[in-house]
Amino acid sequence: MGENLRKYNEVFMNIFGAAESELNESFTFESVHKWDSLAHMALISRLEDIFDVMFETEDVLHYGSYLNGIKILERYGVDMKA
Amino acid sequence: MLRLENKICVVTGAARGIGKAIAETFAQAGARVYSLDLPSAEFETQEGRLASGGEIIHVRADITASDSVRATFMRVKKECGKLDVLANNAAIISYEMLGMISKDKLRKMFEVDVFAMIEMMQYASRLMAKSGGGSIINMASIVGTNGAAGQLAYSAAKGAVVALTKSAAKELAPQNIRVNAVAPGMVATKRLVAEMSGRFEEKTGNIGLGRMALPEDIANVYLFLASDSASYVSGQIIGADGCMVL
Repeated sequence: MGENLRKYNEVFMNIFGAAESELNESFTFESVHKWDSLAHMALISRLEDIFDVMFETEDVLHYGSYLNGIKILERYGVDMKA
Repeated sequence: MLRLENKICVVTGAARGIGKAIAETFAQAGARVYSLDLPSAEFETQEGRLASGGEIIHVRADITASDSVRATFMRVKKECGKLDVLANNAAIISYEMLGMISKDKLRKMFEVDVFAMIEMMQYASRLMAKSGGGSIINMASIVGTNGAAGQLAYSAAKGAVVALTKSAAKELAPQNIRVNAVAPGMVATKRLVAEMSGRFEEKTGNIGLGRMALPEDIANVYLFLASDSASYVSGQIIGADGCMVL
């Protein structure tokens, strides 16, 4: 696992109290009880800090899953394999 | 005088008029001010460091373009690491009777006066939340609270500003972000003075204080709301109309 993916996973584990093994295609806004709007904004804020990006509003709105988040970050130039 | 030392501010519509006065007042109070206006705008505001310790930085940005808005806040984040004050001043104003309002013009007005304001608040609040809070100040108008014949479109846009200010204040209070609006009456900007060309008496008759506001009168209310002296003021629409009756 690359360093960026490790940092990404840590954010999800800290904010949602999830185990790393739970972080997969099923980890979505709809399926995770703790993923409310406050947790969502905390997630966005933490990821922006860690990866030094600023998400477009549309990406904030559609950042609805663990996997989709990886794709969005890669669009901002974050190499998730690094 | 109220001080804004070490505060980072963004002011929209800051090339001239009230926005220029806000930017200069903030900088004179010690703030670092990012003064935004359209790429085509000719800035009357002086750029650079002031003796007060404040600074004005011109930023050419279209606040109706999401990329431009995002780039502006990204720049503030990279250069300062925080944002303390957003002064949403930019607006389109027009005067038409109900039957003369075109949908295109109405759409353009809402794009600048309302939608862009909301997007600025979205980005600003994210930056402010990271550093423990801030102050957002929106430009409303007396016509947004009282209405005015011949200004239906503008009053609708400013009425929206009143409502969104109150809602945002409630939503952002837990993050220590205060949101207020200033509602001026008639302000003697250069443009208005030129348009009125000597017809002041007929217009000032319904202003209790007997004169139109100067841009600096409005900027001083912004200064108060931006400062720590207003630390317990949020969700308010502050009239700055000289006791005008509409």
